Amino acid sequence: MKHIKTLTNKTLKSTVKKGGCGECQTSCQSAKTSCTVGNQVCN
Amino acid sequence: MVHQYKNNGYNMVLDVESGSVHVVDDLTYDVIALFEKNSLEEVQSQLGQYESKDVKEAYEEVAELKDMGVLFSEDDYEDYICEFKKRPTVVKALCLHIAHDCNLACRYCFAEEGEYQGDRSLMSAEIGKKALDFLVANSGNRRNLEVDFFGGEPLMNFDVVKEIVAYGRSLEEEHNKNFRFTLTTNGMLLNDDIMDFANKEMDNVVLSVDGRKEVHDYMRPTPNGKGSYDIIIDKFKKFAEQRHQEKYYVRGTFTHHNLDFSQDVFHLADEGFKQISVEPVVGPDTEEYTIKEADLPQVMKEYDKLASEMVKRNKEGKGFTFFHFMIDLTGGPCVAKRLSGCGSGTEYLAVTPWGDLYPCHQFVGEDEFLMGNVNDGIKKEDIVSEFKATSVYSREACRDCFARFYCSGGCSANSYKLNGTINGTYDIGCQLERKRVECALMIKAAQMTEKESSNEE
Repeated sequence: MKHIKTLTNKTLKSTVKKGGCGECQTSCQSAKTSCTVGNQVCN
Repeated sequence: MVHQYKNNGYNMVLDVESGSVHVVDDLTYDVIALFEKNSLEEVQSQLGQYESKDVKEAYEEVAELKDMGVLFSEDDYEDYICEFKKRPTVVKALCLHIAHDCNLACRYCFAEEGEYQGDRSLMSAEIGKKALDFLVANSGNRRNLEVDFFGGEPLMNFDVVKEIVAYGRSLEEEHNKNFRFTLTTNGMLLNDDIMDFANKEMDNVVLSVDGRKEVHDYMRPTPNGKGSYDIIIDKFKKFAEQRHQEKYYVRGTFTHHNLDFSQDVFHLADEGFKQISVEPVVGPDTEEYTIKEADLPQVMKEYDKLASEMVKRNKEGKGFTFFHFMIDLTGGPCVAKRLSGCGSGTEYLAVTPWGDLYPCHQFVGEDEFLMGNVNDGIKKEDIVSEFKATSVYSREACRDCFARFYCSGGCSANSYKLNGTINGTYDIGCQLERKRVECALMIKAAQMTEKESSNEE
């Protein structure tokens, strides 16, 4: 595309079927007051 | 829902529901703002400053991305998440309050010198072992289990930490579990033996330092009023090097007294630390150190300053990680995780020195949230149910927020302490989170376009 550069290669919707396994790290164990789940790592 | 903004010379477009992130030129930025409510002809007439054929070209690209489901996509997750939240949950992580005691007297401490509105107390090895037994018994098929040693100051009870870790290791093979231990410390008692032990056993260590010496010493004095920076800083540097500059964070808190906190981040980076987290203090508005509404314009500017400097340092090969700007655009969490929240009260529990269970470390000492204990397990399932029902969709303020797939509805404890309900939001925290998401996405855009430029050369 000439005008738009897309930085992502998959959508969140693609994680609906495969997601929810629960093996991800609990977000609070990383660094305790201002939790952000979006910077965690997934499978 | 589309969120578009300009930052550091980049025209950013976030398609919220699909999670897609785009960088566009000025023309397309203007087209996207008009796209939903206007036909091509109307857009062309409103954007007279551009060539009509160029507007048509950009409009068609936007339409193509919409058809692909990566622009103007719909939120159709609510039923899925509500069903997902009804599934049985297992306990995945414990925060062990190994010491309700501390050797510092930090002004902003939510644990009130480590005592959590109670008496000074150290966890016994017996209670710690029972906590691990409880975790193993309540973790179902989950293999990776997390245990954080927290306080107060955990190193005031280090022999018990070692005993609990050894006990955990003895359980792993029999129960097919892998314990990931983590430790938070103010560094006052840190020594070579403790570092050696932590480097062998701790998956992550969090080292509390606020940044510049004068900032740190003002907020983190010893009980007799002296500063603590000089006691800890060289030990932390050595510790970070021993861990090969990974699997640790230097963790600072910024307050109303250092609204120029980007300088504290740069100070830590210039001291050689590569994994940095400096985060806004959370506390009641009545405290003089908390971030006030009037402080927000300066805080926002600081985040912008930090983000653009990080882009510059990355290009120079002197980059560092800033925890709140971490976003993984290729392997981040699934939508179920993003929309269901941190897991407090269901997957993550805090254990007091005497074995009581609370939804998380910030609820310890709040009697109405006492859930049970490590001997008898969870006695108040209604608390579990209450936390299980929280999600982005249970918080009205989140529904129209572009950051909801990154913050997951925010912190229940912050909401409870400021609003009296776990289902609310903390408005200042929300405004800061939105700014951090914008900065983090811009940094990603800068990194990815820089990488492409290098490849083309």
